[in-house]
Amino acid sequence: MEHYISLFVRSVFIENMALSLFLGMCTFLAVSKKVKTAMGLGVAVVVVLGISVPVNQVIYVNILAPGALAWAGFPDADLSFLNFLTFIGVIAALVQILEMSLDKFFPALYNALGIFLPLITVNCAIFGGVAFAVQREYTFSESVVYGIGSGLGWAIAITLLAAVREKLKYADMPEGVRGLGSVFMIAGLMALGFQSFTGVAL
Amino acid sequence: MAEAKEMKKVLFGPILDNNPIALQILGVCSALAITTKLETALVMSLALTAVCAFSNLFISIIRNHIPSSVRIIIQMTIIASLVIVVDQILKAYSYQVAKELSVFVGLIITNCIVMGRAEAYAMKSPPFMSFLDGIGNGLGYSFVLIVIGTIKELFGFGTILGFEILPLVQNGGWYQGNGLLILPFSSFILIGGLIWFIRTIRPEQVEPKE
Repeated sequence: MEHYISLFVRSVFIENMALSLFLGMCTFLAVSKKVKTAMGLGVAVVVVLGISVPVNQVIYVNILAPGALAWAGFPDADLSFLNFLTFIGVIAALVQILEMSLDKFFPALYNALGIFLPLITVNCAIFGGVAFAVQREYTFSESVVYGIGSGLGWAIAITLLAAVREKLKYADMPEGVRGLGSVFMIAGLMALGFQSFTGVAL
Repeated sequence: MAEAKEMKKVLFGPILDNNPIALQILGVCSALAITTKLETALVMSLALTAVCAFSNLFISIIRNHIPSSVRIIIQMTIIASLVIVVDQILKAYSYQVAKELSVFVGLIITNCIVMGRAEAYAMKSPPFMSFLDGIGNGLGYSFVLIVIGTIKELFGFGTILGFEILPLVQNGGWYQGNGLLILPFSSFILIGGLIWFIRTIRPEQVEPKE
């Protein structure tokens, strides 16, 4: 149990997807204008990561890894070169399902997310999470914890950034830096802050 | 004539007027992560431009046959296949660079510029214009990568493409390398500054006050 808790804490804070590994930046910077939208997207990312990391882990271990097809009578088969294509296929299918169900059940959130919902597919946070879990040879239960934890870390980061941005509406900035320019700089300072977690040993 | 004007706009517009990173907020992840050395930035720009142009071309050719409910999967398959081709070409002709870039080439699949342009432009436009749009957006991405890569390598390590420009103190020169620029988060601040610069010379991009 202790092992899982420390894995969870590490994936949320020390290896924060957005601010330590710089994954999922496009959506992170673009959809952080309002805390409400940011939280909605954060939840979507937690769900997609929480499902796709374990699913891909199972597929990799049982089908793609070298020698994994022994149960089907192919002990020499090594399909690991197909890993990227498989991962992205599974992620894309999951996002498409999520998109259709959001469109049906939560049209307001669907409209708020706009083009960035299909872009969850290419959200490097998802792909990176899957790739890391496979690369580090997590077991099934570890990959569930890692998927949810890293998604939660990303959701926390985007919510924090959105909160800062909402306050900054009242700041009188130079014209050129208003909007996107300032967001990059805030994110840079937040990343500097999150570097302080680097030294925490678990 | 109007055709030529339109083509020019599609091809060169994304460099300053509609930059993918500075205005459309696409493809930021790799721009932040791989700009420490100018050489990797250059190869990455080339690979991305090629993938973006050809994925736009192929998606545009079959755009009328893609059912919209499964379009993401089809786009991803085309992009992933192209990335595998680029990866194989790099391995065949410049193995050393391919080894340095291995992870990043894979990450082109998840680069939102390719996917974003396919979704926003290629699904609605004829093949040739989509091809130009892909090249144009690749150029816009390359512009940011090269500027940031040059600043970070020159002032962080005192070199450009591995050649010594500012001799470092450690090597008996006079230049004290800026350690802050080597850390990854400095790309955020640099890109923020670059956006400020672009918006100063292109004031129409300034966002309205809320």
